[in-house]
Amino acid sequence: MSLLDVIGPVMVGPSSSHTAGACRLALLARHAFGAEPRRARFTLHGSFAKTARGHGTDLALIAGTLGAFPDDPMIPRALDEAAARGLDVDFATADLGDVHPNSVRAVLEGEGERVMLTGSSLGGGLVRVFDVDGFRIDFSGSHPTLLLRHLDTPGVIARVARVIADDDVNIATLVSARRKRGGDAMMSIEIDRPLTAPARDYLRHLRYVTWLRELPEVMRGPDGDAVESQGVSAETEVAS
Amino acid sequence: MTLADLAAAPGPASDLVLADEAATPVERARVLEGLRGRLREMRASIERGLESDAKSRTGMVGWNAKTLWNAPDELRAPLLQRVQAYAMAVNEENARMGRIVAAPTAGSAGTLPGALLGVADHLGLDEDRLLGPLALAGGIGQVISQSMFIAGSTGGCQAEIGSSAAMAAAAVTEAMGGDAAASVHAAAMALMNTIGLVCDPVGGYVEVPCVSRNAFYSVHAVASAQLALAGVTSPIPPDEVVLAMASVGRLLPPELRETGEGGIADTPTGRRIALEMAR
Repeated sequence: MSLLDVIGPVMVGPSSSHTAGACRLALLARHAFGAEPRRARFTLHGSFAKTARGHGTDLALIAGTLGAFPDDPMIPRALDEAAARGLDVDFATADLGDVHPNSVRAVLEGEGERVMLTGSSLGGGLVRVFDVDGFRIDFSGSHPTLLLRHLDTPGVIARVARVIADDDVNIATLVSARRKRGGDAMMSIEIDRPLTAPARDYLRHLRYVTWLRELPEVMRGPDGDAVESQGVSAETEVAS
Repeated sequence: MTLADLAAAPGPASDLVLADEAATPVERARVLEGLRGRLREMRASIERGLESDAKSRTGMVGWNAKTLWNAPDELRAPLLQRVQAYAMAVNEENARMGRIVAAPTAGSAGTLPGALLGVADHLGLDEDRLLGPLALAGGIGQVISQSMFIAGSTGGCQAEIGSSAAMAAAAVTEAMGGDAAASVHAAAMALMNTIGLVCDPVGGYVEVPCVSRNAFYSVHAVASAQLALAGVTSPIPPDEVVLAMASVGRLLPPELRETGEGGIADTPTGRRIALEMAR
């Protein structure tokens, strides 16, 4: 934990877990979606389900979906902002199973695309995403993160790691999950800095890679100590 | 880094914290500027909070800081009034979805700015003099977070407000010219006297008792600094105090860890408010 993480973040209240963490999870979902979503459905679990309204968890989730970081003064007005930008939102509560009490599943849709992301707000604004589209991956939003969908075939991980290494980028964590042998698979790769555009393009065009997103680091906002700015982050479109 | 390392620093304890955080002078300057930004955000939230009486989303808080700030100083204790008003200003801003600096958490955000800026404004200390103390506050938080997760849901309120009070006590002590050992012992005494505090917010919202609790523990931090500056120390080594708090955190039942199901939350009125808000 850096000093500015202890004396920080600068955030819109009231709760680092129920407001700032919720905003970050939705922001990660937005970047995993990779475009402007038209519909967002949130399923709240546990304490999120019980105390969302008083904590502004609902507003924080909407604001994150619209691209806001946790310090954005727009958060209290997120409902109006969503209406103005044509985002339909919908909330439900459900038991998501044996997960952290502050957990949410976000389903974002639009333009024929859909992404489902499930994660937990661990306290102090820290978050962890443990499921994207049914794959059990794992990342924290504290690094730029690559999400790749690919065919489960020998050598994919080595090939992808080589491209990242050749870009002189260090891998912090790598989690790989597959539905069945030889089937659809996903990797989450946390890296120490964003890839250069050529490396990203190269990865996207690898034969067995079907989908790629680069999610920004979301622990620091666009205020002062931003690692990269919002909006121009390096998300990649679906390989066409 | 341990609290013993910090207490043994030859100069101000914050020098060691900054050396640990920043390897080069450029890095160090960047961290200090980041802290300056945090200090200004803290001040901005205090100023908004002292002026506003808008209610929070639940309606339980929102006017207390302004009320205290504008009340006659009957006790002739201007420092006490200032520190408490500043602390509540931040937490009421937080409760009404205003912008604050989590320090270390949002629920405990008022304690450090209440104590540090309250003392600074009372005595006319300038901003540059507060950057080192703020770094030390962060360093104390870093050390505590090595032993326990700083969240009411894992360690009870002692983990949040205890940490913020310890951080604030060290910061005020250093700002007043206390040496490294005095600063660290101020933190240890603040922590030792927060052990056992449960997290029982009404409805699970960061309002009752959180807003008034930040007022009380900002005073607690100043009191601890006063003892340390006079030479009072903790007979139990500061690192052992942190471990004691972590072990008490593990002993707390879930009802007393931010679930809104015990203590003040579990009063008839507390339960009624929770039900009304869940509708």
